[in-house]
Amino acid sequence: MTTQSVSPPRIGRSGVLADGDVLGLLGFLLVVLVLFSVMSPGFFSTSTFTSVAFQLPELGLLTLAMLMPIISGGFNLAITFTANLSGLAMAWVLQSYGGVDAGTGAFVLGVVAALATGALVGWLMGTIIAYTGAHPILVSLSMMIFVRGLGEFLTKGGDISGVPGFVQTIGQGTLLGIPVPLLVFAACVLIWNVLMSRTRLGFATRMIGSNIEATRYSGVPTKRMLTLVYTLSGLMCGIAGIVMLARFNSVRVGHGESYLLITVLACFLGRVDPFGGFGRVIPLTIALVILQVIASGLNQLGANQHLATALWGAFLLLIMMIRSIWSTRFLQTFFTRRG
Amino acid sequence: MPKLRIGSTERWLILVILAMVVGLGFTTTTFLTLSNIFDLLNTSAVNIIFGVGLLVVLIAGGIDISFTVAASVVQYLTALTVAQLGGGDWALGFALAAVFGLMLGCLNAFLIYQFRIVSIVVTIATYNLFFGGLMFFSGGVSIYDLPDWWTTRVVVFGTDMASGRAELTLPVLVMVVCVVATWLLLRRTTTGRQLYAMGDNPEGARRVGISIGAMHYLAFGWLGLMAGIAGLMQAHYAQEVVPNALYGRELDVLAAVVLGGARLGGGRGTILGVILGIILVAITQNGLNLLGISPYAFKMIVGAIILVAITLSSEGAGRLIGSWRTPAARRIA
Repeated sequence: MTTQSVSPPRIGRSGVLADGDVLGLLGFLLVVLVLFSVMSPGFFSTSTFTSVAFQLPELGLLTLAMLMPIISGGFNLAITFTANLSGLAMAWVLQSYGGVDAGTGAFVLGVVAALATGALVGWLMGTIIAYTGAHPILVSLSMMIFVRGLGEFLTKGGDISGVPGFVQTIGQGTLLGIPVPLLVFAACVLIWNVLMSRTRLGFATRMIGSNIEATRYSGVPTKRMLTLVYTLSGLMCGIAGIVMLARFNSVRVGHGESYLLITVLACFLGRVDPFGGFGRVIPLTIALVILQVIASGLNQLGANQHLATALWGAFLLLIMMIRSIWSTRFLQTFFTRRG
Repeated sequence: MPKLRIGSTERWLILVILAMVVGLGFTTTTFLTLSNIFDLLNTSAVNIIFGVGLLVVLIAGGIDISFTVAASVVQYLTALTVAQLGGGDWALGFALAAVFGLMLGCLNAFLIYQFRIVSIVVTIATYNLFFGGLMFFSGGVSIYDLPDWWTTRVVVFGTDMASGRAELTLPVLVMVVCVVATWLLLRRTTTGRQLYAMGDNPEGARRVGISIGAMHYLAFGWLGLMAGIAGLMQAHYAQEVVPNALYGRELDVLAAVVLGGARLGGGRGTILGVILGIILVAITQNGLNLLGISPYAFKMIVGAIILVAITLSSEGAGRLIGSWRTPAARRIA
């Protein structure tokens, strides 16, 4: 699906979506796809597509939740546990209305509870960050410790399982042959893309990430905007929590914990500036697909999940090194020749 | 020159810790016993070693996420090397842990300095690389048959009390050495002052002739060294090497160190603050335990305390309350 858009690279340069970043990442994706199809004959198959399509949304939604705070010059280290807590809220609502036999009304209520929980955690975090000026890493870190503790306290370290069949469809079913979680993820990518590139909030977020003081002086209500950024990040965690609950038919605190740093990794791979100010949703999405293809490809080759983790780290380093060599050496020679 | 140079964050922490000590002393019978206090020190020793290492990196303006998994890698490599060499002793153990730790720290420094990549990106990448690699090559298998010298408890100081035997063990001694060494580095050498200068203003530091590259290798190498030693001590304390035993602890240590006043972004931070931050968290957990509160609530309460502490201690809180601290008063304080 993504390989097709690679074919006209020359036209792409003038396009809005397909610029250097996007083309570079698509090229890298192509290299990865070719590499794996050479190494493993059965790589291009329905099962590969299915495994990528079902695993991508979980990591992807959390990464979207991480994206906005990073662009605003901060971090949200509480994403995975916020998602856990949101899933817990929804599971709890479903449990109290009949568990597996819960109806549509309970489902809607559960979704609202999950989203409200995520948004509340995000709002609290955003308020502290925006109004006290404490470092976002520190605030989100202590929020993470708190939310994890709250989840463990509520579940006593166990899990809540059993959701109605139609809720499981969100995590496991397909619609017109496309996995439902992928559709959810695609919708969220679309919303986030519009939000970041077409709205006042998106502009303000990037401005804040570049220079919060200058942004404040130019009349942007930075505190309100920062609070909103973290609230939306929490809301996205809520969606991730719902998808995770529906996919595994249970919720446990700590599920997806290993994704935390990988979401940051995916952001940087997707050309998001670690210092904030710059970053777009589309390159990030391609970066996520690359990471997931690597994981699924390695899985098919019989390598284990930990090797994939190690290789994700190695890939990030490699790309950062290449970029660094490219930008410094290349630009240096370029400028010295001119001068 | 003032007699005691204690910053405002440190003073706040001391006050809070004192209040907690008094409160717990009245509400529990066991908190203010020598054996409990020694236990607190024994269990906090490893975190403090990690903490002073991390402080050096934070002061230099960097951040490191990978140090605990680096410590796990060091544990594993040391255990394998010692087994290869057939036995060994503490001297060899420390030498190996120090060398392996230093190497992993310098790898981070190399990537950060040579390629001008932001330290958080590099260390998140090496975190995944180290942890994934360790789990892959070890197969997730723990090592239980460590040599006797490594697992036997070494009592540095012991005394019999009415409430039971109170003992200070080797990790505490090592911790003291690490703390003193880091203090000497930061406060008594020119290099230490250069680290602060670089963290405060990298470009300014470069222009006055400080070698930025050397500072990177020093800071991350120092953290690697401390992480290696902390890993050795953790394996000594737990009497086993478990590949994922330290997984996730880096964020706890980071939170405690920054709670102690080290600034993310560099240039500020004290050893006293690190120790107080870690001790505060340790006392909270210990106190909750003694008060008979469910262990499931521990992290929630610790998280809430850190959250409240940073909300109150940051400069913005003053602005929220009002300008009750005038600039003149602040200068005196």
